[in-house]
Amino acid sequence: MLFGIEWDTSSNLAFAISILPILLIGMWVTIQATVLGFFIAIVLGLVLAALKSVPLKIVSWPAYAITEFIRDTPLLIQLFFLYYVLPEYGLVFPAFLTGALALGIQYSAYTSEVYRAGIEAVAKGQHEAARALNFKSLRTFTHVVLPQAVPRIIPAMGNYLVSIMKDVPVLSVVTVLEMLNVAQIIGDRTFNYLIPLSMVGGLYLIMTLVASSAVRYLDMNLPKRGLPLK
Amino acid sequence: MALAWGTCDGHTLMHWTEYFGPLMQGAWVTIELTVYSTILGAILSFAAGIGKTSHNPVLKGISVVYIEVFRGTSLLVQLFWLYFALPLIGDAVGIDLRLPPVVAGVLALSLNIGAYGAEVVRGAIQAVSKDQYEAAKACNFTPRQTLFSVVLPQAIPEMMPPFGNLAIQNLKDTALVSLISLGDLAFRAEQLRNFTQDSTTIYTMVLFMYFGMALVLTAIMKLLERNVGRWRAVRR
Repeated sequence: MLFGIEWDTSSNLAFAISILPILLIGMWVTIQATVLGFFIAIVLGLVLAALKSVPLKIVSWPAYAITEFIRDTPLLIQLFFLYYVLPEYGLVFPAFLTGALALGIQYSAYTSEVYRAGIEAVAKGQHEAARALNFKSLRTFTHVVLPQAVPRIIPAMGNYLVSIMKDVPVLSVVTVLEMLNVAQIIGDRTFNYLIPLSMVGGLYLIMTLVASSAVRYLDMNLPKRGLPLK
Repeated sequence: MALAWGTCDGHTLMHWTEYFGPLMQGAWVTIELTVYSTILGAILSFAAGIGKTSHNPVLKGISVVYIEVFRGTSLLVQLFWLYFALPLIGDAVGIDLRLPPVVAGVLALSLNIGAYGAEVVRGAIQAVSKDQYEAAKACNFTPRQTLFSVVLPQAIPEMMPPFGNLAIQNLKDTALVSLISLGDLAFRAEQLRNFTQDSTTIYTMVLFMYFGMALVLTAIMKLLERNVGRWRAVRR
C-alpha cells in the first residue's frame, strides 16, 4: 500500500492496473518538479546571460566561469551539495525545493546560452536601423531585438523543459517521491520491479512525446520573423 | 549516542588531504566508465544514425524505435530497468540476466548516449550535399563506397562539436551509476560523507574533480576535432 492505495498482486494485469493511480501521483510530482525547475532555470539563465553581456570583463568573466563550471559538473553532485551543505549554513529547505533548485541551477547554464544565441542571432542591420530611427538602447532591446529573439528562444527552451523532465528522477536520491522513486518503493515491497519500472518507462515516453510535439507545434506556429507588437 | 563518531567533529577523524585517496580511486572508476561508454556509445551512434538514413525498412525501423525509446525516457529509469527489471525477464524465460553493476552501468550509459549521438550522425549525414551523392553515383560507386569514401569523411568533422558536448554529458551521467552501488567518484564521496559528515569539503572537492575531468575531456575532443578536420572537403 502506498498513498492509501492497495495493489492487487493476483495477476500481472491486475497488478499493473492497481498501481497505475499510485504512479500517476508520482507523475504529478515529476511534473511539478519539472515546472518549478524550469521556472528557476529560465530566471537564473536570464540573469547569467545578462551578466555575460556586460562589457566589463570583471563582471562578464566570472559569469562565463560559473556557467562553464555548472555545465561541466553532474546534477547529482550539485544536488548532494545543496542538500547537505546548505543546512550547515542554516538554510533548510524541503527536499522537493532543494531538488527543483538543483535542476534550475544546472539548466540555467544551458538556458543562458539560449538567450545569448537568440539575442546575437538578431541581424546587425536591425540594430543599425533602430539607431538610425534614434531609438534608445532600452527601446531597441524591448521593441526590436526581443520580439525577433523570442521566436528563436522558445523552441530551444522547450527542448530543455523536456530534458529537465528526464532529469527529475535524480531527485529520488534526496527522498523526493517522484515517479521513479514511487516505482522503486512498489518494487521493494512486492519484489516485482519489472512491471512498475516498465510502466514508468512507458509513462515517460508518453510525457516526452507529448511535450516534444507541443514544442514542435509551438515552433511551427510562432511567427518566424518576430512577434507582432500590435 | 549510538555511534561514537557521530558525535565528534568530522575534522578530527580525517584530515581533508586524506580524502584524496578514496576520491582518486573513485575518479579512476569514473574515467574508466566514461571511456568505455563513450566508445560503445559512439559505435551505437553510427549504427543507429546510419540505420535511420537507410532505405531498408527493418534497419530503419529498429533504429527509429531505439532512438525514440532511449531519448524519450530518463537515463535513471533505463539504468534501474536494466539492473532491477531485466533479471526478472531472465527469470521468466529461464536465462540468467542478472547484470553486474559495471555491465548494467556501461550498457545504460552507452545506450542512452548512443541514441543522442545517432541523431547527430543522422543530421550530419543528411547535411552532406546532394551533389556529392550524384557525383559518387556518376563515378559508379556502390552505396557502401559512397557512404565510407564520400559521405562519412565529410560528415564526421561536422559531428565533432556536438560529440564533444555529448562526451561531457556522458561524463556527468556516470555519477548516476553510484546509485546501483558502483564505486565511482560520486559513490566514494557519499561514503566519505557518511563517515566524516564533512559534506562541504567533500562535495566541493568532488565538484572540482568532475570539472577538471571535463576540462581534460574537452581538450581531448578538441584535439580529435582538429585531427578529423583534415577530412573536410577542400573548397576551391
